[in-house]
Amino acid sequence: MRGSEFLPNQIKNLMGQNNGVSASATNAKAAADRFQAHDYYNLDELLQEDHLLARDAVRSWVKQEVSPIIEDYANRAACPTHLFKGLAEIGAFGPSLPMEYGGGGMDEIAYGIIMQELERGDSGIRSMASVQGSLVMYPIYRFGSEEQRKKYLPKLGSGEFIGCFGLTEPDHGSNPNGMITNIKDDGDAYILNGSKMWITNSPLADVAVVWAKDEEGVVRGLIVEKDMPGFSAPEIHGKWSLRASITGELVFEDVRVPKANVLPNVHGLKGPLSCLSKARYGIAWGAIGAAMDCYDAALRYSKERVQFGKPIGQFQLTQKKLAEMITEITKAQLLAWRLGTLANEGKASPAQISMAKRNNVHMALEVAREARQIHGGMGITNEYPIMRHMMNLETVLTYEGTHDIHLLITGMDVTGLNAFK
Amino acid sequence: MKLLVCVSKTPDTTTKIAFTDGGAQLDTNGVQYIMNPYDEWYALVRALELKEAAGGTVTIINVGPAANDQVIRKGLAIGADEAVRIDADPKSALYVAKQIAAYAQKENFDMVLLGKESIDYNGSEVGAMIAELLDQPFISYASKMEISGNTATISRDIEGGTEIVELDTPFVLSASKGLAEQRIPNMRGIMMAKRKPLKVEAAVEAPDMSTTVGFELPPAKSAVKLVDPEDMNELVRLLHEEAKVI
Repeated sequence: MRGSEFLPNQIKNLMGQNNGVSASATNAKAAADRFQAHDYYNLDELLQEDHLLARDAVRSWVKQEVSPIIEDYANRAACPTHLFKGLAEIGAFGPSLPMEYGGGGMDEIAYGIIMQELERGDSGIRSMASVQGSLVMYPIYRFGSEEQRKKYLPKLGSGEFIGCFGLTEPDHGSNPNGMITNIKDDGDAYILNGSKMWITNSPLADVAVVWAKDEEGVVRGLIVEKDMPGFSAPEIHGKWSLRASITGELVFEDVRVPKANVLPNVHGLKGPLSCLSKARYGIAWGAIGAAMDCYDAALRYSKERVQFGKPIGQFQLTQKKLAEMITEITKAQLLAWRLGTLANEGKASPAQISMAKRNNVHMALEVAREARQIHGGMGITNEYPIMRHMMNLETVLTYEGTHDIHLLITGMDVTGLNAFK
Repeated sequence: MKLLVCVSKTPDTTTKIAFTDGGAQLDTNGVQYIMNPYDEWYALVRALELKEAAGGTVTIINVGPAANDQVIRKGLAIGADEAVRIDADPKSALYVAKQIAAYAQKENFDMVLLGKESIDYNGSEVGAMIAELLDQPFISYASKMEISGNTATISRDIEGGTEIVELDTPFVLSASKGLAEQRIPNMRGIMMAKRKPLKVEAAVEAPDMSTTVGFELPPAKSAVKLVDPEDMNELVRLLHEEAKVI
């Protein structure tokens, strides 16, 4: 067959043409990435040329760099740290920040699509990028001094520095305002004490954007560097979710943080919450990617798997599952696209972002569960991406605001009545 | 060095091919298009490498309608400096070659690069035709190229081995696997590409000298036949009479 060197690896394997490299486990996994996107409502027609180019570029990158290795890393609960450099090179860190500060100068829809494609590969890989871009680069860009922007953003954008974001504490998750991490004035520096929990990237991080209360009880943001005495970031082990992403704590014991490292333009919880809105927006798109991957795998499996003399896709109960899956994915795509256009106009409210995060992650988890059923016993193995996505999505359902908290955000928005008090 | 890279738009490699109009037209319904990978992965990237090493410009050229602009823009995102689209239906290899040669003639390129074939029609004709029309040498199936001054040393894939050719610019080269490595455009490149020039030029006169009257798909694969291991005579009969391989 002409031009067959450009075919996906699994087709070459079938044709016996994939010579040159021994058939290692890695290659077997690479061969498994037969993903084809599904665009039931022709949403591509709503996208600009740069959105489509960004989507295709990140999709190619994921197929080349993530799919061949991800099951192995997730299986071993190891973080593919080499991907930080690749994520930086492709431009996945802060794509909507200005180019002069290490970003990509793109719009919010492009940012969303990049997150969708990364999470199609793995929620943990998307998390690596979300944290770096939305939770580290964004607050330094939005609230930092010009010196801080120039010092940190280019290095974060190029992947030379890894960043993390410290808000959640062991005893304060959904209620960040109860945080006990604190700073005390000490001349030209603050003395930082406390600890943070469930911090993506923290054991690898060169810099941490940390939120702590000052002596007046006002939440402030600080840039803590890894070699500051008294600062440590132990890894959290034993996760059954986001196994290819590294998670840790942040521990501060009398860490002396220069006042030059305090973000000057933010006071109060609105600061970290605005970062979370940015990250939640990315998750609303990202979750669609995980759902698309599960649906795509299930659709293909349903046509290939024969029982009772016909493909299982011909059975009504399988079709019901597939029909509901693509319907829910299409609705989520529309929600994300509309949210993206509002965000581009600067009109996406935190409550609107909250709704999309909650809906789309819940949708993706349900799609993963249905896809698992269609795959039967094979669905629990790492021959297929389903179980990995499903376990990842349990985290995504909870982090950046739990499903229940997001319900209460919508509840408060529509009733005007605050259920948190 | 002033380099011209010809890029064509082809259906994605996983496209299921079907025809309409009684077999005379490709059914484009639902077809995803890409830049011909031989043009993109090898010809364009090698041109960019030459420019990065020694300076110069890389121009990409495509013959086709406005719908090709997305594919062209990808070439700019990967790193080409500018693009030209000859606004015409690419009816045949000769028609396309005449359009590209007419543009190349005006601009005096040091080298014209393109893939060894497009993955849709697999004609491998356009490069040789451009070279003929420009009265320049044509080096086909190049899998390696080094440049020193204006002299190129090129390895060509030939049956069972490699031929090494040395020649001076200007020339036309068709690229095969090995000439370069695929580059995925990054977000910065995609945004820069929006600001790079994409000129649209009218086609030159070129008469149709051939017409495609139909396409035929290869016969559908028949089902696997299982033969009883004890029945060697039946296996031999099938290989002889049906598969016709012995």
